[in-house]
Amino acid sequence: MTVSILLFLPLIAALAVLLFKNETAKHAALFFSVVELAVAVVFLTKFVPNATTQFAVDYPWMPKLGIYFSAGIDGISMIMVLLNVLLVPIIILASYNHNYKNANTFYALILFMQSAMLVVFTAIDGFLFYVSWEAALIPIYFICAIWGGENRVKVTIKFFIYTFAGSLFMLLAIIYLHIQTPARTYDIHDFYNLSLSVKQQSWVFWAFFLAFAIKMPVFPLHTWQPDTYTESPTAGTMLLSGIMLKMGVYGAIRWMIPIAPLGFDHWQYIVIALAAVGIVYASLIAFNQKDGKRLIAYSSIAHVGLIAAGVFAWSITGVQGALYQSLNHGINVVGMFFVMDIISRRLKTRELNEMGGIAKVAPHFAIAFLIIVLGTVALPLTNGFIGEFLLLNSMYEYNIWLCAFTGLTIIFGAVYMLRMYKKVMQGETNALTILFTDITGTEKLVLGIICVLILVLGIYPNSVMHLSDAAVQNLVQSINQKIFQAGSPSNIKF
Amino acid sequence: MNTLILISVLPIVLLYLGLYKAKNALLPVTVIGLLVAAGLAVAEWNSNAQPIYHDMMLFDRFAIAFSVITIVSTILIVLLSKGFFEKISEHVAEYYAIMLFSLAGIIVMVSYYNLTMLFIGIEIMSVSLYILAGIRKRDVASNEAALKYFLMGAFSTGFLLFGIALLYGASGSFNLAAIRDYTLSHPRNIDPMFYTGVLMIIVGLCFKLGAAPFHFWTPDVYEGSPSIITAFMSTVVKTAGIAAFLRLFSACFASIADFWMPVLLVITVVTLFIGNITALYQHSFKRMLAYSSISHAGYLLFAIVALGSGSANSVFMYATAYSIASIIAFGVLILIQQQTGSDDFESFNGLGKSNPFLAVVLTIAMLSLAGIPLTAGFIGKFFMFSGAVSRYHIGLVVVAVINAIISIYYYFKVIIAMYFRNTADRVALAVPGYFGFVLGLSALATILIGIFPGIISDLI
Repeated sequence: MTVSILLFLPLIAALAVLLFKNETAKHAALFFSVVELAVAVVFLTKFVPNATTQFAVDYPWMPKLGIYFSAGIDGISMIMVLLNVLLVPIIILASYNHNYKNANTFYALILFMQSAMLVVFTAIDGFLFYVSWEAALIPIYFICAIWGGENRVKVTIKFFIYTFAGSLFMLLAIIYLHIQTPARTYDIHDFYNLSLSVKQQSWVFWAFFLAFAIKMPVFPLHTWQPDTYTESPTAGTMLLSGIMLKMGVYGAIRWMIPIAPLGFDHWQYIVIALAAVGIVYASLIAFNQKDGKRLIAYSSIAHVGLIAAGVFAWSITGVQGALYQSLNHGINVVGMFFVMDIISRRLKTRELNEMGGIAKVAPHFAIAFLIIVLGTVALPLTNGFIGEFLLLNSMYEYNIWLCAFTGLTIIFGAVYMLRMYKKVMQGETNALTILFTDITGTEKLVLGIICVLILVLGIYPNSVMHLSDAAVQNLVQSINQKIFQAGSPSNIKF
Repeated sequence: MNTLILISVLPIVLLYLGLYKAKNALLPVTVIGLLVAAGLAVAEWNSNAQPIYHDMMLFDRFAIAFSVITIVSTILIVLLSKGFFEKISEHVAEYYAIMLFSLAGIIVMVSYYNLTMLFIGIEIMSVSLYILAGIRKRDVASNEAALKYFLMGAFSTGFLLFGIALLYGASGSFNLAAIRDYTLSHPRNIDPMFYTGVLMIIVGLCFKLGAAPFHFWTPDVYEGSPSIITAFMSTVVKTAGIAAFLRLFSACFASIADFWMPVLLVITVVTLFIGNITALYQHSFKRMLAYSSISHAGYLLFAIVALGSGSANSVFMYATAYSIASIIAFGVLILIQQQTGSDDFESFNGLGKSNPFLAVVLTIAMLSLAGIPLTAGFIGKFFMFSGAVSRYHIGLVVVAVINAIISIYYYFKVIIAMYFRNTADRVALAVPGYFGFVLGLSALATILIGIFPGIISDLI
């Protein structure tokens, strides 16, 4: 059993969905995404949580150029794969209440994107990684640009050019690494084994950083993000924030730092500072947002900033926390955007100041919203708490002041999130919100699943975290060993 | 060799067909003739070809591969021209014939083994093109294009000829092998005349290729000529130009790369920037394609700057991808022009709704030209970048990357127009069967090469 079944099933499904007519297309898409989830569960049951790469596939693609279609799953990939296969059915289900034109194309693009992102999360070959990285960009561009809001055209082209720019430099770095390998391959393990000078590694590091930091996004490369999130259709926003930005987190853990450990070590303090600044900066902007979707967009920058900081701290707790929080953030942010989608669909506005008192007329909705908010602000017993705790712990290990600074995100997050909840749900109903109807059918189902996930992952974190434990330990220690052997003076932690 | 003979005889047959008013036979005869010519070329495929005709020509793999791609591109363009020439004039047979004469010149250009043949090939091609550019006898723009092209072309041919003469003066031969031997046997004391000759040849060939700063004729000529001729010039002719360029430089001047490399490096960088930045400001799709073709000339020159064993394959891949995508772009443009009478970006508005098929194939073409993965264009760019990085021209690749980013903006302009700017009154275009076939096939080839580049990536 190789991973190729998992990777190509959504692609085939995408082609199949194209054949369906509008109404049935979404059912078909949901069906295929659930099948994909089931397949992933089968993989999960056969997965042995050690540091090895499993279910590997290695197919000669352009063997003369050293390019192979090689992919496999280890613990780190497994978390991301789970995130992907878990969220896509939820996202499809969450779009059920929208009647998109040309729905078959819409759902086909989602499934195509899922396939590309799965390849990103499992690729072992650098060329394959780059190709799938870009391939994931094309469907999301069209999803956002065709089905998005008023300003979508300008915003999406900015988004596309931004991300494409970053990744082209990554391509340059990958080609450069390829030239350096003795056997002229693109295999990641050959990249790991290169011994480049600090200067070379620094260039490689920054080239990768550009690609990943734009994707996440890390301050100051985030400027595409709020507009794109706001203008995209809800499913597009969910795909972007829930799964796609994790490509950046994953890329940093799998590619950037292990390939250029010395370059990373040399510039660590700068990137970690950027991440920390981004956290506070985005939180402060989030305070002043009046548009609900925009507020979530900025809060997402803050949360991802913390994840990025955890990765850049490069300790076992930091990387584990980043992985786990990637999963949680995906679930929570999809929940938040879905909540905002429900509100804006009913009230035809996203202005927070026009809302109020919804809790009175929609009690079920209020409970679900509250659980998601609590998960987002990292209350204990919710999933967000575990992730952020680990991340802050790694900050503490790195530098106590940094920990205090980045810890602000939890306080700020609680302030703006709870304030939003208060504005929207509590207080007196007004002429607009009095007509708010409680959630029904698929909405209940989606929010129910998300709430259950938030609580389960908050109470039994180890059900997921044990998957990546060995792989993270192995990776982090071997890289720290390399940095240590190179005699670098700064920040060695074991 | 048989290919060349067939392609030279074919236009004469076509002229006779025109004489006897057998208009309906023109297209089938042309296409079948070209297919046979391509087949003959493939049949000569072997790894140790010897020069023929007293060392005038060499049909090696390089020559055959480029012959086939130019022939195939010509077939596609000829298919697109069905019904196009009839509207312009009554002398349809002549147009087919001239186009094929031009192709005969191109076959010589990709298979020469002697500089006189290079010159003859370029002239056969160019003279035919001067006529083709001015084929709309009563159209001022077409006449202007022809005149400009002729003057500039004659000028550049002068440079080329002068360069060839200087090379002959230094080395005493027109033969490529003899010239190479001259550079190898005089490593330290190459005649200054020789260097001057090399520079002259660079100027001449860059003119033909449309590389900056010798590109000024391109936009006007491309815009003024009938679209089908523009398609021919920007694909087949450009492919032939770069093939001739590469053949000469890899065969003769590899050992004096230190001398000409900086010159070409500057030309490449300037070409990339001028092509891309000017393309940004265009309102006309056709003019945008003209400027983007300049920037693609820049990417093609990468292979020569980073001259090495992989150069031929890189150029072949890039030229193939570029030709196919451009043919799609021009094919759709011709249909749009026929419907709206304009070639502005606005005339593409709402195409996504009225003609989903055209919109999808044009999107694929634009993605390929922009170099987005899973299309042939990406593989072409990837090969070019890899070649340049392997020679440590990192700065050059960074420049190219910046240009690739700029190009997204204008290639996506047409995608945005098609899908996101709707006009209420757009009527669906009637797509003739020939067009559907050519566009569909080209789009399919773009994707196929993008996913399985192995099918053409190491032919040469």
